[in-house]
Amino acid sequence: MYPTPIEKFGPGTRRTYNVALWVVLVLWLLPLLAVMLTSIRSLEDISTGNYWGWPTDFLLIENYTEIFEATPLGRYLLNSVMITIPTVLGVLILSTMAGFALAIYKIKLGFFVFAMFIAGNFIPFQILMIPVKNLTEALGMYDTMPGLIMFHIAFQSGFAVLFMRNFIKALPHELIEAARVEGANEFQIFWYVVVPLVRPAIAAMAVLVFTFIWNDYFWAIVLVQSDNAQPITAGIQSLRGQWVASWQLISAGSVVAALPPVAMFFLMQKHFIAGLTMGATKG
Amino acid sequence: MKIRLALATATVALLAASAAQAGTITFNSMASDPGPRSAMETLIEQFEAENPDITVELNTFDHEAYKTALRNWLTSSSPPDVVTWFAGERMNAFAGRGLFADVTDVWNDNGLFDVMSSSSSALAYEGEQYGVPYTYYQWGVYYRTDIFEENGIEVPETFDDLVAACGTLREAGIAPVTIGTKFLWTAAGWFDYLNLRTNGLEYHLGLMSGEIPYTDDGVRATMANWQRLIDAECYIDDHSAYSWQEAIPFLTQGEAAMYLIGNFITPFFPEDSMDNYGFFQFPIIDESVGIYEDAPIDTLHIPANAENQEDARRFLAFMSQANILTDMNEALNQLPPNSESQVPDNRFLEAGFEMLSAADGIAQFYDRDTDPEMARAGMEGFQEFMVNPDRLDDILERLDRTRQRIFR
Amino acid sequence: MAASPIPREHRRAAFWFLLPALIMFTVYVIYPILQSFWISFHEWDGLTDTMEWVGLRNYEDLLFWDDDFWTAIINNVWWLIFYLLAPLFGLIMALFLNQTVRGIRIAKSLFFFPFVISQVVVGLVFSWFYDPSFGLLNEVVGFFGIPTISLLSSERWVTFAIIAAGLWPQTAYCMILYLTGLNNINPEQIEAARIDGAKRFKLYWHVIRPQLSPATFLAIVVTVIGALRSFDLVAIMTNGGPYGSSSVLAFKMYEEAIFNFRVGYGASIAVVLFLIMAVYITFFLTRMLQQERSGG
Repeated sequence: MYPTPIEKFGPGTRRTYNVALWVVLVLWLLPLLAVMLTSIRSLEDISTGNYWGWPTDFLLIENYTEIFEATPLGRYLLNSVMITIPTVLGVLILSTMAGFALAIYKIKLGFFVFAMFIAGNFIPFQILMIPVKNLTEALGMYDTMPGLIMFHIAFQSGFAVLFMRNFIKALPHELIEAARVEGANEFQIFWYVVVPLVRPAIAAMAVLVFTFIWNDYFWAIVLVQSDNAQPITAGIQSLRGQWVASWQLISAGSVVAALPPVAMFFLMQKHFIAGLTMGATKG
Repeated sequence: MKIRLALATATVALLAASAAQAGTITFNSMASDPGPRSAMETLIEQFEAENPDITVELNTFDHEAYKTALRNWLTSSSPPDVVTWFAGERMNAFAGRGLFADVTDVWNDNGLFDVMSSSSSALAYEGEQYGVPYTYYQWGVYYRTDIFEENGIEVPETFDDLVAACGTLREAGIAPVTIGTKFLWTAAGWFDYLNLRTNGLEYHLGLMSGEIPYTDDGVRATMANWQRLIDAECYIDDHSAYSWQEAIPFLTQGEAAMYLIGNFITPFFPEDSMDNYGFFQFPIIDESVGIYEDAPIDTLHIPANAENQEDARRFLAFMSQANILTDMNEALNQLPPNSESQVPDNRFLEAGFEMLSAADGIAQFYDRDTDPEMARAGMEGFQEFMVNPDRLDDILERLDRTRQRIFR
Repeated sequence: MAASPIPREHRRAAFWFLLPALIMFTVYVIYPILQSFWISFHEWDGLTDTMEWVGLRNYEDLLFWDDDFWTAIINNVWWLIFYLLAPLFGLIMALFLNQTVRGIRIAKSLFFFPFVISQVVVGLVFSWFYDPSFGLLNEVVGFFGIPTISLLSSERWVTFAIIAAGLWPQTAYCMILYLTGLNNINPEQIEAARIDGAKRFKLYWHVIRPQLSPATFLAIVVTVIGALRSFDLVAIMTNGGPYGSSSVLAFKMYEEAIFNFRVGYGASIAVVLFLIMAVYITFFLTRMLQQERSGG
């Protein structure tokens, strides 16, 4: 293990480390703590300039109830879920298949195709704005969640294919050879041999893509217009313009918007770390 | 008047009954502050009660985001049926590209040319009407009467008075003028007034339409006046860090004494100290120049590609009625554009109404009177000038290059 | 081995497995990129159907007539340089956190937190932090007797202030990459080196660093992409201001295409940004190709 485990030092050092760890953590998260604290403040605190001190009133329930009652936050939240989940599924299916093809078969243009996925994924995505909007309209999907989902699936698959391909490439090739010897066809190899082995990578991808899509703001305002399809990031930003003086409500909304990816990360943490370790370090 | 209204409503209803069946209209609005928002909602309920066959789906957006999003909607194949927007060049940009529907029929059928004569030209493009106004408001200086009193300052009538007031306030440790220029347009308010008071409306509109160069002596005279305000340290520090709303607390907390802004600021004044706030007309710079004011008109339009044109027209007709506009502007805390409506019982609005009625002419606002791209470049230049006045020559030359490119 | 013939059924399987992703990617990414190149040779307001061919004029305007373009490009360079602090900070944090004391797991996840939340929230938080009238930053520097500073309205500091906000989540991301990298290090090699008497820095430089190089590589790649794509924070914290001084290429492109109705011009900025990015993509691909060869 590196650096040297702290247990090998004296008790003084150990105690110092334990204290330092949490102090650094609090400093690191100070901005977030401030948001959380602001989200339970009263309007008086804010108008008298008490942004960083201890709140005079704790309005946890009041503020969070108000944000759901006075604004369409609940609707935005639901939209985000309905956009993010199909996108994650779509990306996983497409990228596992494509990653499998690129990792297992020695195809002539394989590397070229792979390079294309990577290159496409690295571009400043704003460049796609006008063409993608025109396309979405031509397909009759402007201002619908499917329109947004289709684009997200396509764009995220660049990163995802890279990720899955590297992960599958690292699997022991003998397993696949063995299956072939036993007479399995290519789809069976994919489904019964590879997919079970890449579950950690799938889980990791799911968390990553979930986070990216949940936090997307740019495409949400380009491809969608109405409250019925707007995800929470766009919703929050619009609330920010509408509730200018009511920072306690904007903070509460921000906390609500941040919760799902955070929960996702905590639930899937093991897979997330494992997937990154195996898949990403091969880079 | 009642009869005419009833007749108008009846005509509209008849027309609609013969045409469309039960319909839905999507209405995208940027009236996102809590007051205006609930005003819209109330009126929509009333509209739906009177027109049971129509459902209105209201989407409300934040102001700044809305300005960007509108053009996306207008060019899409399924735009909303009714949108809020601004009169003047801002409207022309879309009307000229065939993105707003011609609603001259709504004006004719409802006699709007009579009751809205003062704003009809601001909603006309090449002789046709492309929207209806629903509210307008005055610009001017909102100030703290108590601070003025404490420091023995009279309401400035001339520009010299204003500059002197800045000096007095600075000595008292108060920032004379608050402003938040993060979204740029507040700086344009100062330019508009300085230019209108220095050079008059005709010159101003010539500049707006690209006929007069930004390097012209007239503009330089305007900027020299502005320079006097900057030299007198009239403005708060770091104004480019704040939005217009974020600059309000300086006024309400007594750290600043004046704010040149539209009447939409008044709901932000605290109820319990309302008496400490007053309003005055922008001071006179040159007596030989007429008195012109900024009074932006907010408007309703039907996108050209909207599906439910029929019901959208009924909605526009409904929203143009005198009594509806009275109610709406009561709630909006602004002025109704229908001459038969009542001006809300509010001292700021009454003062504004009086001021605008006596004005020699009306401008919309810098970013509504000139080309959108020119407006953005211009406002960025004004913001830069307020922070770095020594760059004036560079800024004006840059603006003129932009002008030449845009209006070529 | 590389030269062995490809069985037909493999080729067919590869084709079908690739097809869906390929179609989606071509339709939504590759084709739009080409279209953007095409648009950049036109004058187009994006509202009407008429596009006027202007050849290279957009590029001419960009390079020789537009000061803001150069401001944006210089800011992008600053972003690139200072954003690369994220891998360094991430490594330091990872070294600090790679312990097994009680509660370390939860601590690690909490450190990773900023990466998970949206840039909208990050931008909002840091705007408050920097606020000249009530921001925590000024309360702190005020405590030390330093006069109030307004970072977001100073043309000199604004870009760095935004970068600092961006470094927060980016450092968390790099930290996770390094933590996993550290986890992967062969413990026997460390023990062997320690027995050989390798001390702290030497141990790091000769044993740890090479084993972390995949993590470093990835951290740099994602950071460079992040720096070149920077948009959200600029849009949220300053809207490009004051007077365009915090603009970056991505923001400038958006601004021209959306606010100024100059879609062709915006597309030409996109193309420039794309070409800069192409340098890194080539670098990344080359390096992967090498690894591919040496790794067998």
